[in-house]
Amino acid sequence: MLRAWYAFRYWLTVYARTWRGTIVISVANPVLFLLGIGIGLGHLVDHGHSMTLGGVSYTAFFAPGLLAASAMQTGFIEGGGRVAGAAGSVGAYRTAVTTPLEPSEIMAGHLLFITFRVLTSSAVFVAVMAVFGIGAGWWVLAALPAALLTGLAFGAPTAAWAVGVRSIRNTQTLYRFVLMPMYMFSGTFFALSQLPRGVRLVASALPLSQGVALCRSLTLGTASAPTVAARVGYLLAFVVAGICVARITYRRRLHG
Amino acid sequence: MIASGWTLRRTGSLVERNARIYRRSLSPVLASLLEPLLYLLSIGFGVGTLVGKVPGIDVRYAAFVAPAILATTAMNAAFNQMTFVVFTRMKTDRTYDAIVPTPLSIADIALGEVASAVLSSLLPSIGFVLVMLALGLVVSPGILLAIPAALLVGYAFGGAGLAVTTYLRDFSDFQLIQLVMLPMFLFATTFYPLSVYPGWARPVVEILPLYQSIQLLREPALGIFHWDIAVAVLYLLAVGSFGLALATRRLTRQLLA
Amino acid sequence: MPPFRAVDGIDFEFGRGEVFGFLGPNGAGKSSTMRMLGATSPVSAGTLRVLGMDPAEKGPEIRARIGVVPQDDCLDRELTVRENLFVYGRYFGLAKNVIRERIAGLLAFAQLEEQADAQVETLSGGMRRRLTIARSLINQPEILLLDEPTTGLDPQARHVLWDRLYRLKRDGVTLIITTHYMDEAEQLCDRLAVMDGGKIVAEGSPRELIDAHVTREVLELRFPADDQAEVAERLRAAQLGERIELLPDRVVVYADDGETVLVAVHGMSLAPITALVRRATLEDVFLKLTGRSLID
Repeated sequence: MLRAWYAFRYWLTVYARTWRGTIVISVANPVLFLLGIGIGLGHLVDHGHSMTLGGVSYTAFFAPGLLAASAMQTGFIEGGGRVAGAAGSVGAYRTAVTTPLEPSEIMAGHLLFITFRVLTSSAVFVAVMAVFGIGAGWWVLAALPAALLTGLAFGAPTAAWAVGVRSIRNTQTLYRFVLMPMYMFSGTFFALSQLPRGVRLVASALPLSQGVALCRSLTLGTASAPTVAARVGYLLAFVVAGICVARITYRRRLHG
Repeated sequence: MIASGWTLRRTGSLVERNARIYRRSLSPVLASLLEPLLYLLSIGFGVGTLVGKVPGIDVRYAAFVAPAILATTAMNAAFNQMTFVVFTRMKTDRTYDAIVPTPLSIADIALGEVASAVLSSLLPSIGFVLVMLALGLVVSPGILLAIPAALLVGYAFGGAGLAVTTYLRDFSDFQLIQLVMLPMFLFATTFYPLSVYPGWARPVVEILPLYQSIQLLREPALGIFHWDIAVAVLYLLAVGSFGLALATRRLTRQLLA
Repeated sequence: MPPFRAVDGIDFEFGRGEVFGFLGPNGAGKSSTMRMLGATSPVSAGTLRVLGMDPAEKGPEIRARIGVVPQDDCLDRELTVRENLFVYGRYFGLAKNVIRERIAGLLAFAQLEEQADAQVETLSGGMRRRLTIARSLINQPEILLLDEPTTGLDPQARHVLWDRLYRLKRDGVTLIITTHYMDEAEQLCDRLAVMDGGKIVAEGSPRELIDAHVTREVLELRFPADDQAEVAERLRAAQLGERIELLPDRVVVYADDGETVLVAVHGMSLAPITALVRRATLEDVFLKLTGRSLID
């Protein structure tokens, strides 16, 4: 486990040099969406006095959904493109395998790094939410671990897949054709209850939908213990499954 | 001057090269349609049911948003082509280094790329208009103006994009581009009218090239014919031409160094 | 700071069907000269006429009649082999059917018929080089500019390439080549200019340059490292040969008759570890004119 920590420290060192670029995607991106859509478009929604959102302002409805969606995005980028690049012929994993590090330790180190990335960027966004007075007081802090869990529910399975990918372009394709549509239809922008029944059932099964609902109910203080437990369990299943598969795929690619 | 002037034939040969690559498959066109379609469904229809009607405009929300998303589709098709694709050709593929020794001048190369950008905004724009038609979002025959308007948007952002590309140092600079393009997309009245902004902020929004592009497409599409679209036409022509001239100047120095 | 001059006051003319070579160390100004000849880099002072035209005014017209093989191939990676030739021909304003006809011949010339529809990524270094040359011939140029045409190629690929260049010469194309391979210059060039520091320091046929700048033969002597300096002094004092050069690992004596000098060396009761008499080559000329110190 100590060696996994070394692998994590490697990524931290790389990140210390390159963090500025990631600020755009991890922090600026959600904050801009919060301003442009949450507040700007919220102006029109609140004007329409819609009760579909359970009586909260559109900004308060949208922000926690955005928190979950950004966590997904960060988890996907750090577990997707970065892993595929590291596993490539000139990537960092190629150097790591010549050291005493085992593939599973390289994987664990990378997951620690994903944890770090999702946690820090989510924390910044939670702080922004607090500044805007979104959420039921201190409850907004409870959304932070929920966001982390959402990020890992995508980061771990993505890493398990990306380590075997031959071209980084594949991760971009997956982002465009799977992640983007999920982002748009997971209850971030509008309530899933608006959808027709059949579509709604499919949409609520998406892991992001569960992450959004979890973050939202915690932020707004409307969470009940059984639903929180069910959602946490659902997301945790993705994390655990991702790690189990990653142990196999990392070994296959790095010691194959 | 070694790089002087352009001719239609020489410029056309570069457009022909790009068209040869472009027409290989339809999937880039479909891919560039996917994101606007998602925005239209999710925000136009999804959030649209929460909004109802836009104050002061007598159409449903999705019909209000659709022409603006069409403008961003044309913008992105041209802009991405002139930034990411051209930068790759400059730095990674060294495509232009092979063209410089041919009779093509730098002006031919710059104009040929911008013309290609304009053309690459055509198919996604037509595709999106068809989507609008299928979803019942066409409310005025003014939508027919959307196609030439989209080409003008392609010209403005093609020229501007090519100029921007001459300032890029490496691929990480694309993050900075995103830092400009994303707020412009979100704030240039794509999803709500200018009246949402306080008075002092409106001129800031109005000088955004995307705002002018949206005006140019949205007003005729909603059946509004007002002289201010002439302003938009002139403004976009100026942005594209300035970008093209600046890009030609800077490329001359960079490619003939 | 005065503006940097890559090329400063060089003076030459080329004749039709001639193979002219620029020799020189890195940074000597070869590539800059090539770009000026190719009408892609302005001449700040002096007169340059390519095919009788001024590049400053007739850039596109000049470029239409010459072919350029740049140092790195710059092939169009988004296109196949055939498309590379086709699109390039279109840059020259050639009609589509004309290009199609020429492509058949050029693919044969470059021995790339089997790769015609391959992406350029998949080609070997030698194939890429041949494709670049084929590409430069699409407009049937009167002058072909080749910047270090065989750098980085293996010996087989170089010989194939030389053979193709001979054929072009035979067909009356003027070839202007830069190289730092002496064997290549000796093999291919009718006339050579040795460049150094942006100037031409010598010009002539390979034979003329050897006659003018070095002796007919060279004697290379190897002594125990510690004795070399002393031996060189003694040889100089004895006035053997025309010129004596002391190198870290050997003493080089330039003489028209190496064997006679070698006999004289033995006569001085010196016993070299090895002694070699050989004919002087362009390399000797080159090193004499441009020095032995490393230029990076």
